[in-house]
Amino acid sequence: MTMIKPAAEIVPQTAAVEAAPGIERIDVTAVASKEARLAYAARQMIYPKLAHGTFRKAKWAVMAITLGIYYALPWIRWDRGPSLPNQAFLLDFANQRLFFGPIEIWAQELYYITGLLILSALGLFLVTSVAGRMWCGYTCPQTVWTDLMIVVERFWQGDRNARIRLDASRWSFEKIWKKAGTHISWLLVAVATGGAFVFYFRDAPTLAAELVNGEAPIVAYVFLGLFTGTTYLLGGIAREQVCIYMCPWPRIQGAMFDKDSLLISYRGYRGEPRGAHKKGQSWEDRGDCIDCKACVAVCPMGIDIRDGVQLECIQCALCIDACNEIMDRVERPRGLIAYDTFKNLDAASHHDRAPLRLIRPRTILYSSVMGLVAAIMLFAWLNRTLLEISVLHDRNPLYVQLTDGSLRNGFTVKILNKLHKTRTFTLTAQGLEDAHLSIVGFADTNPRIDVVTDNLRALKVLVTVPADEREDLHGAATPFRFVATDTHDGSRTYHDATFMGPNHE
Amino acid sequence: MTQKEIDSVTGVETTGHVWDGDLKELNKPLPRWWVSVFYATVVWAIGYWAVYPAWPTLSGYTKGYFGYSQRGAVDKQVAAAKADQAKYFDQIAAMPLDEIEKNETLMPFVMAGGAAVFGDNCGPCHGKGAQGGIGYPNLNDDDWLWGGTPDAIHQTIMHGIRSGDAETRDMAMPRFGLDGILQPAQIADTAQYVLSLSGHATDPAAAERGKAIFADNCTPCHGDNGKGNQELGAPNLTDGIWLYGGKAPDIEKTIQTGRGGVMPFWAGRLDPVTIKMLTVYVHSLGGGK
Repeated sequence: MTMIKPAAEIVPQTAAVEAAPGIERIDVTAVASKEARLAYAARQMIYPKLAHGTFRKAKWAVMAITLGIYYALPWIRWDRGPSLPNQAFLLDFANQRLFFGPIEIWAQELYYITGLLILSALGLFLVTSVAGRMWCGYTCPQTVWTDLMIVVERFWQGDRNARIRLDASRWSFEKIWKKAGTHISWLLVAVATGGAFVFYFRDAPTLAAELVNGEAPIVAYVFLGLFTGTTYLLGGIAREQVCIYMCPWPRIQGAMFDKDSLLISYRGYRGEPRGAHKKGQSWEDRGDCIDCKACVAVCPMGIDIRDGVQLECIQCALCIDACNEIMDRVERPRGLIAYDTFKNLDAASHHDRAPLRLIRPRTILYSSVMGLVAAIMLFAWLNRTLLEISVLHDRNPLYVQLTDGSLRNGFTVKILNKLHKTRTFTLTAQGLEDAHLSIVGFADTNPRIDVVTDNLRALKVLVTVPADEREDLHGAATPFRFVATDTHDGSRTYHDATFMGPNHE
Repeated sequence: MTQKEIDSVTGVETTGHVWDGDLKELNKPLPRWWVSVFYATVVWAIGYWAVYPAWPTLSGYTKGYFGYSQRGAVDKQVAAAKADQAKYFDQIAAMPLDEIEKNETLMPFVMAGGAAVFGDNCGPCHGKGAQGGIGYPNLNDDDWLWGGTPDAIHQTIMHGIRSGDAETRDMAMPRFGLDGILQPAQIADTAQYVLSLSGHATDPAAAERGKAIFADNCTPCHGDNGKGNQELGAPNLTDGIWLYGGKAPDIEKTIQTGRGGVMPFWAGRLDPVTIKMLTVYVHSLGGGK
C-alpha cells in the first residue's frame, strides 16, 4: 500500500521527444510548477535524477564530512585524568557538565552555549545574505539525510526512470524485494543515526555494550527509538514535505536575501525564448534553453528553477550541474543556471552588468554583530573563573545571641573548584576582622578546606562577633566579604555578605 | 451503486448530496494516515485494557494482566529508596553520636535526613530554622535548658520534657504567686533582682530587696549566682536570653504562674536511627556545646 501515487503525467511516455539532437526531452512536470501551485494538493512523488558535476561532488564531500563528524565524534577519546569522563564530546546530564575537548562547561555556565547559538544564527543570516540558502542546500541535516536515503533508494531501485517504472508496476516479487531492501536499509541508517545520538550523552563504548545487552537506561532506548523513527520518517518518507510545510526557515529567508545575494538563478535573458533545437539550427534569435527539463528532473524539491526563486527551492545547485552538462553537449557556454544576483539578472536583461557586492550594509551589520558577540564570548571565556564562591545567609533565624552576649550569623558557603585537581582553601571574613569564624565539621579555628577536583563543596559557616566588638557593627546589617584563598597559589575569590544583628535599642 | 459525480471545477468526486438545487458537497474523506492512526489507537486501547486496571466492576475493578497500580509503584520506589539508604542506616545505628559528626561520608546524608525530619516533626514549635519563639527555645544559640551535648540532646528528643514518658525530663518551676508562696510585692522585687543579674534592673532598691527572696526561694534550682542548672532544666538567668520574655512584667508573670513547657517524646514515634540523625542535625545548628 503506497499512500502516495505517482502522478500519471510524470510517467514517461513511450515516444521520446528530442530537445536537441541526441538529447531527450525528459517528460517531467515540476510538482510545484508556476502553473500548478495549489493551496491544497495531495502529495506527488518526486523522483530526483542523479546529477553529475561540481556541485554534486561538493555535496558528496559535505555529506561525508558532516555525517562523519556526527557518527564518529562520540567515539573520540580525550584524557582528563582519572575521575573525569574521557570522551572528547560529552553532554553529561547526570553531573550537569558539558565536555568538549579541553573545554568543560558547568550547567550554570550554559550562557556560553547561548552565545554559540547566537553566533550560529548570525552566521546563518550572513551566509544567507551572501549566497542564499547554503545551509538548506548543503548542510541541513534534513538535506544530508534525505540525500543519503536517496542514495540507498537508488542502490536498490535504480535511478529516476527505473523508480518511476517500479512504482507504476504491479506488485511482483521483484518489486517486493526492491522495496523491502530499500526500507530495511533506511531503517538501518535510521538506527545508526538514533544510536549515534545517544552516544553524545553517555560514555559511548559503555553505552554501546549496554544497548546491545539490553542494560542501557530506558531513556537511551526511548531516544534511540525517537531518532530512528524521525530519521526514517523525515529523511526516508517525508523528504521535501519537511522543507516545504514543516520548516519555518523558508519563510524567514525571504527577509535575509536582497538584490545582491547570490541565488541559484535561471538566466532568463540568455535562455529565452526556449524551445527544442533542431540540428543545424542557428542559435541566433533564440534562447539557449532547449527545454530538455534536465534541471526539473534532478530537482529534489520538485520545482522548475526557470520559474524563478521560489519558497520550495533549497538552492542545492543540482540544477546547475544538470544544465551545465547539457550546455556542454549542445556546445553553448555553461552557466545558463548559476549563482547570480537579482541585480545582475536585471542589468543583464538590459545588456549591462552589475558587479557583485559582497561588502554592503547588510553583510557589514551581520559581520560586525558576529564580531561583537564573539569578542564578548572570548572576553567572558578568558575571564572565566575556575574558582567560585557563593554565599547563602541563614533565613531563620537571621542571627542569634549567645550566652556571653556575642552575636552569631549562620551561612551556607559553597566553593566551586573547576580545576582538574584538588585545591585547598582557607576562608576569612574580610571587614569583620574581630569576628570568629568556625565551620561545622572542622575542629580547628582556621581550617584548610579541601575541595576535590571538578566539584563543589558546601560548608556551614558560623560567624560570631564577640560581645565587646558589637559596638563596631553598623546597626542591624553590616556588610562584609567572604574570601576564599587557595593555600597553594594564593589565588583568591570573594563573595559579599551581610552580618545581621538587632537594631540598636 | 449510483454513478460517481465529478465536480467540474475542482475535479473532485462529490458526495451526491445537493442543497438549494445546485450546491454540492465534495467528497473529501479523512486522510488515510489519520484513519490508520485512529484505528491503531483503538487497538492500543484494547491492549491497554488488558494490561492496566481499566473497567469498574460491581465489587471493584479489573486489575489488568500485570496487576499494576500506582500505589504499588510508589511502594516499590519507597522500598528501593529504603534499600539504598540501608547501608547508611546500618552505619549510623552502630556509631556513637560524636563519631557520626566526624564522618565525612555519612554527614551529608545525616544532615539532609535530619533537616527533613526536623521540618516535619520539630518545626511546628521550634520553627523551620529552629529559631524558636516565646515558650519554644531557639536551638541555634548556645543556651540550653537541659544541656547541649549530643547525648543530652538525644535524651531530650527520645523522652521529651514533661511529656508523660517514664524517663522524661520532669522538673517544673513552682507557681510562687498562685500558690501563695510569695506576695506580689516580693515577686516584683525578685523580678528586679533577676534582671540585675544580666545588668538590666530598673529599680536598684527593689533588686536589693529581691536578693534575699531569690536566695531563699530560687537558688536551689537556679544556683547561688543564677547561672542555672541543666540537670534540673533550670535556665541561666544571667545571659540575657529569655524563653518567656525578658521585661520585668514577663519575669513577674513567670514567678507568679511558674513555667513548664512540654516537649513530646519521640522514642517509638521515630525510629532510633532517625532520632540519631535528628540529634546530630540539632547539635550542628550551632548551639552545640
